[in-house]
Amino acid sequence: MNAIILTAAWGVIMMFGGVFFKSKATPKYWAIVGILLAIAAVFAEIGYGESYFNVDLKGLLHFNSFNLTFIAVAYICTLFFFLLNGSDIEKVGNHVSEYFALIFFVLCGVAIAATYSSLLTLFIGIEILSIPLYILTGSDKRNLKSNEAALKYFLMGSFSTGIMLMGIAFVYGGNSSGTFLVANMGIGQGQLPVLIAVGLVLLLVAMSFKVSAAPFHFWTPDVYDGAPTVFTSFMSTIVKAAGFMAFLRLFDNVFGAAHSQWITLVAIITAATLFIGNITAVFQQSVKRMLAYSSIAQAGFMMLAIFAINDTAKEGIVLYTAAYSLATIGIFAILIKMNDYTVEGFNGFGKAYPLPAVAATVFLLSLTGIPLTAGFQSKFFMLMAALKNGQHTWLIIFAVLCAAVSAYYYFRVIQAIWFKEATTATSVADPAVFTAAFKTMLVITVVLILALGLFPECITNWLHY
Amino acid sequence: MFGNYITIPHLLIFIPLVTGLLAFFVKQEKLVKGWALCSSLVTLLVAIAGICYSKNEALSGYAYSYEWMKYMGASFAVILDGTGRLLTLLTAIAFPVIFIATGRYSYKSAPAYFGLMLLAQAGLMGVFVAADALLFYFFWELALIPVYFLCSRWGGEKRIQATFKFFVYTFAGSLLMLVGIIYVYLHTAATPSADHSFSLYSFYTATLSVKEQNALFWLFFIAFAIKMPVFPFHTWQPLAYEQSPTSVTMVLSGVMVKMGLFAVIRWLLPVFPEAAARFDNIVIGLSVVGIVYASLIAIRQDDLKRLVAYSSIAHIGLMCAALFTAKEVAAAGVMIQMFNHGINIIGLWIAIDLLEKQFAVRQISQLGGVAHKAPVLTILVVIIAFANIALPLTNAFVGEFMMFAGLFSFNIWYTVVAGISIILAAVYTLNMLQKVFYGETNTLTAATTEIALSEKLALAAIVVMIFVLGIYPQPLLDLTKESVSLLLTRFK
Repeated sequence: MNAIILTAAWGVIMMFGGVFFKSKATPKYWAIVGILLAIAAVFAEIGYGESYFNVDLKGLLHFNSFNLTFIAVAYICTLFFFLLNGSDIEKVGNHVSEYFALIFFVLCGVAIAATYSSLLTLFIGIEILSIPLYILTGSDKRNLKSNEAALKYFLMGSFSTGIMLMGIAFVYGGNSSGTFLVANMGIGQGQLPVLIAVGLVLLLVAMSFKVSAAPFHFWTPDVYDGAPTVFTSFMSTIVKAAGFMAFLRLFDNVFGAAHSQWITLVAIITAATLFIGNITAVFQQSVKRMLAYSSIAQAGFMMLAIFAINDTAKEGIVLYTAAYSLATIGIFAILIKMNDYTVEGFNGFGKAYPLPAVAATVFLLSLTGIPLTAGFQSKFFMLMAALKNGQHTWLIIFAVLCAAVSAYYYFRVIQAIWFKEATTATSVADPAVFTAAFKTMLVITVVLILALGLFPECITNWLHY
Repeated sequence: MFGNYITIPHLLIFIPLVTGLLAFFVKQEKLVKGWALCSSLVTLLVAIAGICYSKNEALSGYAYSYEWMKYMGASFAVILDGTGRLLTLLTAIAFPVIFIATGRYSYKSAPAYFGLMLLAQAGLMGVFVAADALLFYFFWELALIPVYFLCSRWGGEKRIQATFKFFVYTFAGSLLMLVGIIYVYLHTAATPSADHSFSLYSFYTATLSVKEQNALFWLFFIAFAIKMPVFPFHTWQPLAYEQSPTSVTMVLSGVMVKMGLFAVIRWLLPVFPEAAARFDNIVIGLSVVGIVYASLIAIRQDDLKRLVAYSSIAHIGLMCAALFTAKEVAAAGVMIQMFNHGINIIGLWIAIDLLEKQFAVRQISQLGGVAHKAPVLTILVVIIAFANIALPLTNAFVGEFMMFAGLFSFNIWYTVVAGISIILAAVYTLNMLQKVFYGETNTLTAATTEIALSEKLALAAIVVMIFVLGIYPQPLLDLTKESVSLLLTRFK
């Protein structure tokens, strides 16, 4: 509860603060303070069960160690996002504090989507999550691509919202107890009633859209490519992970008992997502677009958690959130500083800026899933969860072969960084952008990724509080 | 001897790891060279100490173990059995020899080069001592990453494609193995702190049905077959050997391919003995085809590096075939041959490197008459080349003889076909010697100079090992005797 109220309130503070902030740099510090407060509050709730707000929730929200840990991880990743990208958010436009306010509203949505225990709060959470994002996508107002992306995202997003609502209506109408509350839904193991089955498929489609799983991924590359790069970084990591969290909890708590009836459907979606994401990423010339497709590919791996639905899957999704978000935020933070977003733009980067180049390499290795990085552990947990499930072993083999394909496009960037000489006379990046503070943050991020790669239990143990 | 906290296997991993990381921060080239050499010599001392002092634990018995991922049942467990001691010793010998033999040359960004070399050594050591499947997987991949960077940064013209092919090939194989590891793990018994365990012992006692064993066998075998490489998974190898800087080729062919064989001995055969026995004919058949195929191609090679690369495929193929015969004499032969092959091939690479550095070509057709001006080099190389053909009195003879003896009692026809490779090996090796070292000098080789003292020492050390182990192989046999008999109690 702490998280929801604090982030919502802080969003309002940031919004009105815009009137009073003199300098463009001020909102960043306020935002960092806000997120630190939120993190502290979440930890207080995990560790000591300390909730500062006693509200009668009527069973609409449910807090346990699993979803609180997820919120904590998502907020910590946001902290890293602020610290690495804070000054780049200032460059997007003039309304800096509004951008931060919108991000805080998204964070409020993240918390609701992670803790809902009624289909109504699920819907509200997903909407609070999405609407500020439509605005952020279009925040580069003079850029045609940004406008196009925002409109596309908004249209497609509203469409999927409609489908989700319809799904919720079917599930509501179909369950015998006539309730929105997840706990009382009582969907059993037997043959699903037609209404419930239709609702399930509609919800599956809507959630697949939100997490950009194939074949509902078509908006992703355009939106991620068109949005200002800082916000792409935020959207493709924390927000997507929250989508998965809602997805996982929906299919675990509501439809969990009927697992065997929808598992094949999810397996097909997973395979399609892995295949399309990985294969299309291979052909991209722009690193930003490549990362957009790679985020679809990574979503395929996260789909394995939905496919498996067990305790390891829960640990896996939290770990995946941390690993994938940190690495992606890191690589985007470096990408923003580059003069040229194509793969060739990275030529000679290693020679010019060794430290950021080492960091970029670690991020890419983590995304590939090389041992010693957090990326390996998260993939490892996902594979373990999927294998524990015991069905559709072909999917797991397929997933690891796709992971091998992913090495191709991540390593192309590594090759450009280290093994190719800069071809053009212009420098790869302006030396001034790599400040000491930025470098320090990169080092901290790298250390965190390696630490999670060695000791993933420092996160997964929180789940067992 | 160091108590239970830091033991010899730990030192073997951590000395190169720590010194390798520190090497990145040494700025002067001379200093970093000395640093790397010292580090590798210390590791060598530790490896020798490992042979002398370590207790003779049985494979399934006592392991030095730390908790790592407690609730997953993974631990930082290491053991040093006979096979492990043999291969850690090989690794520990290989690196100083490589550093000495290539010490004269300067590398661009030397700190990174030596740092990565030492990290590769740490990874290799880890593979040879790991007694926990997840730990094994970690090191298996970690040995690859530094080598990838070494080849791509310091290699030949087509290095980027060549190394990338090599990387993707092995990475795909290892991921399949990872699926296999997790699957076996889910069928192991519970431990006090976790539902399942990754330890070597619980892998040996995992309950797997026949069908599961069959499928898992191939998941593991493909990963190992790519690494060795066994025909038809060998296509990455000649190009990678050719394009890598020679010092890295030495690591790759001398030590790294042994990872594949070692993994078969430590993991594949004992964990899936029944499946291995069921598929023995397929594996031996593939290996034998590979032996003849690679030998034939080697005859046609003009590039020295490619010639040795193909000859290496043939040798490794024979070892793989011998392993699957489940005969004691063959298994013992494989053990010592892993060591001997590593020594011999590093010697050959050093010789090729010296020629290449002097003449800037590797084509046999462009060389000739080197013996007139460089007799010492010639004598040393001829001896190493003889070891490559497995002439009696050289170390390779003992191993090959034992492996053929085992293969003979398994199936005579395999022996007949694989035996052709002995003749073919003589053809390509002697042909190479004749054309490169004897005959008339040409304009290129007229100005040949003799090699430097450090290089003489490096080659001489290898020649001494060739003779000593050729005449008196008993120490190596004693070292691995226990491992062999343990292997054969599980895999019949």
